[in-house]
Amino acid sequence: MNEAGLRAASTAVSAAVPAATVENLRVHFGTTRPSSPVVRGVSFTIAAGECLAIVGESGSGKSVTARSLLGLNGENAHVTADRLDLAGQNVLGLTDRAWRARRGKDLGLVMQDALVSLDPLRPIGREIADSLRLHTTLNAAARARRVLELLDAVGLPNPQLQVRKLSGQLSGGERQRALIAAAIAQNPPLLIADEPTTALDVTVQAQILNLLEQIAHQGTAVLLISHDLAVVSRIAQRIAVMHDGQIVETGPTTEVLGAPQHEQTQRMVSAVPAEKPRGSRLSPASRPSDSSRTAAVGPLAHGATSPIVLDARSLSKSFRRPDGTKHLAVDNVSLTLRRGTTLGIVGESGSGKTTTARLLLALIPPDRGEVTVCDKPWTTATQKSRRGLRASVGAIYQDALGSFDPRWNVADILTDALGNTPGRRSPQITAALSTLLDEVSLARSVLQRRPLELSGGQRQRVGIARALAARPAIVICDEPVSSLDVSVQAQVLDLLDDVQRDRGLSLIFISHDLGVVQHVSDQLAVMRGGRIVEQGPAEALFASPQHAYTARLLAAVPRL
Amino acid sequence: MAEPVSRHPATLRGRLRFARTLRRLAVRLAGAVFVLWAVATITFFAVRLIPGDPALAVLGGPGSQASPEALAAVSAAYGFDQSVFVQYLAQLGRLATGDLGRSYALNMEVGPLVLSQLGGTVLLAVLALILAWVLALALATWSTRGGTVAARVGSGLEIIAAALPHFWLATSLIVVFSIWIGVLPPISTGGVAGLVLPVLTLGIPLAGFLGQVMRESLLLALESPFVLSARARGESERGVRWIHAFRHASLPAISLSGWAFGSLISGAVVVETIFARPGLGRTLLNAVTLRDVPVVIGVVMVVAVAYIVMTLATDALSRVVDPRLRLS
Amino acid sequence: MSGLEVQADRAPRSRPFSRHRRPRAAETIAAVLALFLVLAAVLPDFLAPGDPLGIDPLGAFQSPNFTHAFGTDESGRDIYTRVVHGTQYSLVIGVAATAIGLSLGIVLGTLAGMLGRIVDFTVNRFLEVLFAFPGLLLALLFIVIFGPGVATATIAVGISTAPGYARIIRAQLISVRGKSFVEAATVLGRTRWQILLRHILPNTLAPLFVLATLGIGQAIVWAATLSYLGLGAEPPTAEWGAMLSAGRTYITSAWWMSFFPGLFIVLTAVSATVLGRSIDKRMRHA
Repeated sequence: MNEAGLRAASTAVSAAVPAATVENLRVHFGTTRPSSPVVRGVSFTIAAGECLAIVGESGSGKSVTARSLLGLNGENAHVTADRLDLAGQNVLGLTDRAWRARRGKDLGLVMQDALVSLDPLRPIGREIADSLRLHTTLNAAARARRVLELLDAVGLPNPQLQVRKLSGQLSGGERQRALIAAAIAQNPPLLIADEPTTALDVTVQAQILNLLEQIAHQGTAVLLISHDLAVVSRIAQRIAVMHDGQIVETGPTTEVLGAPQHEQTQRMVSAVPAEKPRGSRLSPASRPSDSSRTAAVGPLAHGATSPIVLDARSLSKSFRRPDGTKHLAVDNVSLTLRRGTTLGIVGESGSGKTTTARLLLALIPPDRGEVTVCDKPWTTATQKSRRGLRASVGAIYQDALGSFDPRWNVADILTDALGNTPGRRSPQITAALSTLLDEVSLARSVLQRRPLELSGGQRQRVGIARALAARPAIVICDEPVSSLDVSVQAQVLDLLDDVQRDRGLSLIFISHDLGVVQHVSDQLAVMRGGRIVEQGPAEALFASPQHAYTARLLAAVPRL
Repeated sequence: MAEPVSRHPATLRGRLRFARTLRRLAVRLAGAVFVLWAVATITFFAVRLIPGDPALAVLGGPGSQASPEALAAVSAAYGFDQSVFVQYLAQLGRLATGDLGRSYALNMEVGPLVLSQLGGTVLLAVLALILAWVLALALATWSTRGGTVAARVGSGLEIIAAALPHFWLATSLIVVFSIWIGVLPPISTGGVAGLVLPVLTLGIPLAGFLGQVMRESLLLALESPFVLSARARGESERGVRWIHAFRHASLPAISLSGWAFGSLISGAVVVETIFARPGLGRTLLNAVTLRDVPVVIGVVMVVAVAYIVMTLATDALSRVVDPRLRLS
Repeated sequence: MSGLEVQADRAPRSRPFSRHRRPRAAETIAAVLALFLVLAAVLPDFLAPGDPLGIDPLGAFQSPNFTHAFGTDESGRDIYTRVVHGTQYSLVIGVAATAIGLSLGIVLGTLAGMLGRIVDFTVNRFLEVLFAFPGLLLALLFIVIFGPGVATATIAVGISTAPGYARIIRAQLISVRGKSFVEAATVLGRTRWQILLRHILPNTLAPLFVLATLGIGQAIVWAATLSYLGLGAEPPTAEWGAMLSAGRTYITSAWWMSFFPGLFIVLTAVSATVLGRSIDKRMRHA
């Protein structure tokens, strides 16, 4: 055979050996008897050069499955399987030393949030050179050269300057690229990416996904773990859906997303908010009264003609940085909110949306401009008169847990929000609490528990109940679903929609997630660098964005 | 690692960094001077609260039966008859020139007296600090090796060690090593053997304290994502500990070391007394017992200086270990 | 009972340290010890019905035996009785000193944390200066001025511990003030006083109980140290530190004179520390 033929033959042979083969993987934690197993009989294969995505909610066991391929589940883990192969070689029951020889060389791991996944005290150059130091005999100069090559390969500009920097000195996207560089330093045949884009802005997320796609095209098999179907659908060729420790559905991406068979997959598919019309349900109905509302309901009846309930004019706010320079966080921002509608504010990190939220809540005074609520002065009012008006403006926060006094239980929190002293009991208070809980679909048993003991979705429901207790006209939601799983997010978004309809609330919904904002907003404002780049009716904006940044944001939104 | 692209930006960057460092040092020095001034002021006014005639104290205390003429002469000589403000300024002036006055009880200048005693105490403190670090590190490393037994034992040892009073520990060590086993001298006669027990007495409780801090931060570091990343690259357990975790674990211990040095000096009072070692602690105790005010002031000032120097040193060390602190 | 539970949304797994965990062996021992000590302080005659100052020259220097569990000292006094009666001194001094230190610390810390940047800066510099008088030095300075004695020693120890408390309280206060739930209370329309009283103070002062427990152990040790150095309680007072001081001379011949008071000091300090840390763990994971 000639050379080309040999090469073809060898690639054919190596292509035949799958990057990973897993049969009946079972993992449980615990010292004596198997307590609840976290992974219960998972089987899958990753072909060489293929991108397989394992999708599931938090707690479904997907990260544990991935770590089993690395042998990094900790000492308390008991891992058994009928077969666990990496590139055709068995890795079940390997010694520590054998594992160490493989990790980094045959496998790479990329996790979320490079700020904590890279040692914050070491320059990134050293972190990247680590696997070279451990697995090759290259000298320091050769390693340095290779590090520069790797940084170039992952698209980090100016590698010579960046090698000496700490991870904290780089931007989110740059850090994640460095983390990926560290993982692929040895060109491993399999790269495991565990939620690699969760902590990133949307546009940056798109870039990193592109990078992963590029790596996959060059022959590396990629195992992508995520809770977000839309994110993985961009680059995964096959998807496996995990639920409660088992794989419930597998198949090519288009098939699984186009015609989901299992209930869990269907739920996850319907939960993705992007491109679902306003008012349509994302999650299965939780209240009997809602089942009649399964079809998409159009925008609320009163739209552009309802009275203005919140008017922000030319808001500006700047802060002093530690080194003395001034930072203009909000620059001449003007917004209007009409009764019964939702105004969405979308922007990436550093866009000034958080500061805007705090200005709108009158937590900080603006340098210039003012806000009026129901035609009454809001930011220009004295603290005392504003306090009287505060009942009209409620808030829901991203970190629900942090927004509760850690010493209080749910009953205390809600009783306080109703205007009573926590701990007081009376029939009226009990009745009021019941009504609130019903409205947010929480069971009575939640009352005696502390927020720490609740799940993320339950906490956010308590947060919503608290905001509703004072019967506000306006609720400002600052990233209310950003730290929730996609399916939980769907439930909370539906709940907000229900509550808005029932009470005729006006909402301001602030988020970095354009897909979510697209689903919930009637009007939309896009922020960047402290300014509003574009604003107007949501549908029109999405159909034909005027500003280049808006177009870029839209293009970057993960879709199914 | 890689060479900078061109030389010009490097020198400019270097100059900027130098200027920033200089400014930072200047701020620190100003702070140090302020603290010293405040210490001097507090001690001055504290001393003025001492009941009785200061001239009488100079002449040997209430029982000295000094004559009124002698009292008047002393008052004039020491400036006790002048207003508070004038005396205060005079005191500040003397301190600024390094004149710490003259001991009431011993017939010598306070400055040379204190400086001669300084070395002994500093030696004890430094050795004890080193010992504490070594013990704490060893205990933290061993108790995090795995297994709940080691963790509980390590934690328990640390708690007990930190709670041991210096005088009890000293006495027990003397009983065990000098009286029962007879290996080490109960009282320092100068020389290395005489250092062992005092350093152990000071170092063990501090080791317990530092060990607790180190163990907690070591555990935290070992569970962090960057350690998982390192392991995923094939790093061995030892590499993970020494290249990654140890640095993080030592950060809080380093910043505590400034305070620790102060508490060691405080402990030296007891230790030097028990082991009859020359040093600031014993000097101070004698001075307090005899109400020898200039010596008390002198020791307090010198200790303040030593504490400030140590704090600056630990700050500098923190910046070396944690490069994040070097960014503005 | 209407309202459905949210699906597929799991609550966090039960934590290893719940508030009502069964106490571990060390904690039980420490608690029992603490109870014994409190009993000894409150009802010394119940545990040791003798005269702590009663001398018996003929029965001096007895090693521990049936009549004298801890032996006798150079004047024939029963050491067990003296140790038990000495608990009163030590505990009262410890509690008083801690109270003084905590109060001063709370005042300073609250001033620094609540009254704005200028006051914070000033108080911080003041604390920095106080820290330049490490440990015993501040106490010694106090004693130089006001003379030795139990009362002075107590106040001296209290003042020396105040800067440490102040720093911790200030840090806690600043941390709590910046927390999200304080802002949430503003949004709900609470006045600044209401937020202070209902949210900030309770959350700041909650860890103080632990601090106080740890602090009492420390204060007892320091007060005993001062007595040991001859600056606190003086013989023949049945105070632990003074007893240790008296026993120092006879260390080779009558080791029990030093051993038992010292043992009680150590046990007090250790049990206070263990109790303090276990309360801390429980409260943190509550």
